[in-house]
Amino acid sequence: MAGNPFIARGFHSRRPAAPPGRLPPGQYETRDFPVLSAGPTPRPPLAAWDFTIRDSEGHSVRWSWDDLRALPRETPTADIHCVTKWSKFDTKWEGVSVDTLLAAARSAGVASNPFVLAVSDGGYTTNLPLADVTDGKAWIAFGYGGEPLAPEHGGPARLLVPHLYFWKSAKWIRGLRLLPDDQPGFWEQLGYHNYGDPWREQRYQGDP
Amino acid sequence: MRVEEMRLDGNAAAGALREIFAHDMTTALVTCAGCARASPMGVLMNYGGPMGVILRCPHCDTVMLRIVSTPGGRYMDASGSSVMLIPERPT
Repeated sequence: MAGNPFIARGFHSRRPAAPPGRLPPGQYETRDFPVLSAGPTPRPPLAAWDFTIRDSEGHSVRWSWDDLRALPRETPTADIHCVTKWSKFDTKWEGVSVDTLLAAARSAGVASNPFVLAVSDGGYTTNLPLADVTDGKAWIAFGYGGEPLAPEHGGPARLLVPHLYFWKSAKWIRGLRLLPDDQPGFWEQLGYHNYGDPWREQRYQGDP
Repeated sequence: MRVEEMRLDGNAAAGALREIFAHDMTTALVTCAGCARASPMGVLMNYGGPMGVILRCPHCDTVMLRIVSTPGGRYMDASGSSVMLIPERPT
């Protein structure tokens, strides 16, 4: 007897569920790259673009676009997790490790502090412990999927901190402030979790 | 698709505003703390998508109002709005 013609064959060849242990709680896998922005997409001219690391005393070090591109590059592949519940596996990036930039900042006399505030074009900010952007855990990314990072995904450059919810990976980044005290960022001021670990499902303030 | 093509306006935030103000706020006249120009709430630029309501001044992009709904309650920041004129309800 023939199969039920009203059940599409494709139903059975549906993409298998994510491998066990790969999706944090409450997340689903997407193959798209959804765009979520708190404001209009800036398009700064690269000749005027710079990246600055500054401490609370005002000591700073600055890289032009060409300076940044001349630093040693890494090509991390990472799973990313948005607090709006999509996760995307094996995203491929190109950029400079934040370790590389912090080492140069220390050599230039910028004081190390326990907290970081990432600041972006358009006024967006997000806060992280310094320990979460060091030891190979964070990058200033300017390439995605073998292409220059598109403006809607944060180009010319964004922070990439894949082990935290993706709002921490600030788009359109222009600098890091190294602070003695934690200073909540754009979403963290407004009820989102201060740390944002997807594996502990830290979406909102009050989550464990 | 460009982000700009998906932009909504303040009318799309009518529900979130009514939950806080218990009033239709889309006709309220809001003055921007950045450029001092007043606009009806309904014409502000609405960003933030599923993370929350981010209403920006249509003249200077200043963030005028932010609302996030969380399990613990609704957070609202209106520090970018200097004055709101909320019209009388029609009788």
